Amino acid sequence: MKLSAKTATLLVLALMIAVTPFFFPSGYYYRVGALIFVNGIAVTGIVILTGYAGQISLGHAGFAGIGAYACALAPVHLGLHPALAVVLGAAISAVLAWLVGRPILRLKGYYLGVATLGFGILVSMVLNNERDLTRGPDGIDVPELGLRAVLKGWGLDMTNGQFWYFFCGLILILGAWLALNLYDSPTGRALRALHGSEIAARTVGVDVARMKLQAFVISAVYASVSGSLLALQNKFITPDVAGFMHSIEMVTMAVLGGVGSILGAILGAGILTLLPQVLTVFAEYEQLVLGLVMMLVMIFLREGLLPSILRRLRGTGE
Amino acid sequence: MSELLQFLFSGVTVGAVYALVALGFTIIYNASDVVNFAQGEFVMLGGMITWFAHAAGLPLPLAALIAIAATAALGVAMNKLAIEPARGAPVVSLIIITIGASIFIQGAAQLVFDKQIHSFPAFSGDDPIRIGGATILPQSLWVIGGALATFVGLWVFFTRTLLGRAVLATSNNRLAAQLVGINTNFVMTLSFALSAGIGALAGVLATPITLTSYGVGIGFALKGFAGAMLGGMGNPKGALVGGFAIGLIEAMTAGYLSSQYKDAAAFIMILLVLFFMPQGLFGRKSTDRV
Repeated sequence: MKLSAKTATLLVLALMIAVTPFFFPSGYYYRVGALIFVNGIAVTGIVILTGYAGQISLGHAGFAGIGAYACALAPVHLGLHPALAVVLGAAISAVLAWLVGRPILRLKGYYLGVATLGFGILVSMVLNNERDLTRGPDGIDVPELGLRAVLKGWGLDMTNGQFWYFFCGLILILGAWLALNLYDSPTGRALRALHGSEIAARTVGVDVARMKLQAFVISAVYASVSGSLLALQNKFITPDVAGFMHSIEMVTMAVLGGVGSILGAILGAGILTLLPQVLTVFAEYEQLVLGLVMMLVMIFLREGLLPSILRRLRGTGE
Repeated sequence: MSELLQFLFSGVTVGAVYALVALGFTIIYNASDVVNFAQGEFVMLGGMITWFAHAAGLPLPLAALIAIAATAALGVAMNKLAIEPARGAPVVSLIIITIGASIFIQGAAQLVFDKQIHSFPAFSGDDPIRIGGATILPQSLWVIGGALATFVGLWVFFTRTLLGRAVLATSNNRLAAQLVGINTNFVMTLSFALSAGIGALAGVLATPITLTSYGVGIGFALKGFAGAMLGGMGNPKGALVGGFAIGLIEAMTAGYLSSQYKDAAAFIMILLVLFFMPQGLFGRKSTDRV
């Protein structure tokens, strides 16, 4: 039986999520795993935007910030259930991405990079400065999601770490499934076409502006959900979630693993999430190593780790 | 009135720093079509190395010279090790490489120096000069003078010297420049050295006013880029005017609107320029080759 690439990707992902916990030396690793999945969700959005459509964003952490603060603020000020706050955050992110994306996505390359970067910095500036609402740089508490208690009522008793590990893993699989479906859909084909050449895509009747906007909005929703999950899991959030470094990390994770492949990008998220854990002893070297990794991968493995490895395994060489 | 004048002075001072950063951007962009996101780190290094050498007992002018030379050498190394090997890479890759270089330099500066905020004495004392009810620091005059002198120096270099014209030729058409015998690799090296040196000069001049630490680079890079873009990417005159304009807008925002959101002014400017005049004040309209 030959598996389609889509099924194979989802199977590998599900297997990894289900099997890895058997090798965890302690409960702490559930938390690290959940963090990897949270980053994996954001990075899947980057794959749609950068890998499929060929557009860059250096400000996607702005959307993660919106998702995160929606979970912190909406339950307190609007009385929403935290789960609905995730949806509200995603909706706000989508609308904002649509509004900002319309003018911004006319730009290309460096200009698009800087414009999105400016957007991200504006969001993090608002989160830092509107202390009355967000409590500023010190951060703010986030209410409990409450799903774990419900599951416990059904007889499914998990530790907090286990719950977030499997919950985020499930959402990551869902996100990857949607992204893979998108890849094969007419929209996905149009995105790949305009990635190759916008003018050629336009010539064959692709509404380039609309397609780019769609990819931008979808990837913003992924970033927003990722921010929400991070906030709910930590029960606390600071404006750093929307910061420049977080945006850069998202893009670097995607590019490190392979921005053209969902599994690769998630691998990148895994490596860059683990790196600080491994480097705790060398905390001062973290920035040095991150910068070095970014440069080396872009110079020597332009497609990213996973596609380069797969190519070598298949023996097609370069 | 004196209030406006005061804001004007502070705007022109930071504007001069941004103009220097913008000029650095312009030189590399013209030579290689690369937007160097690590440009701000050159400013940081200029300040940090000068502080370090001065604290080690060297006289200030010598410390400043060492800082500028060392930063220029680092610019050359960056070109050789990170930019040249990636020639022909897509823009996304180049953006990540230069941001990677920026983070790497920050990380290295943390280790080699420290994480504290530093400064060194102003060149001509700290007694403010009173003009029309407002005051300006002598160091501000150094910064503004430095920016103008650099601009004039570059203008003479690019229009009156053979080497400068070789750089211009390379930026117009790399292949054609090679065909007439210009060593374009040397032009690239020179551009990175020049750009990094100018960045370091900005750091040397500005540090007594703005202070320095390992993390100041990214702010300078973004504001300088905003200036370069406002003036029209690749145009030195535009970089100068754009840099000063961003400084003034920032100072007026801080003075009359909100000092918390003064940094937002530059980004809102970037967005407005991108939407309404993507070619900037002095830029030419570009066309795409298919």
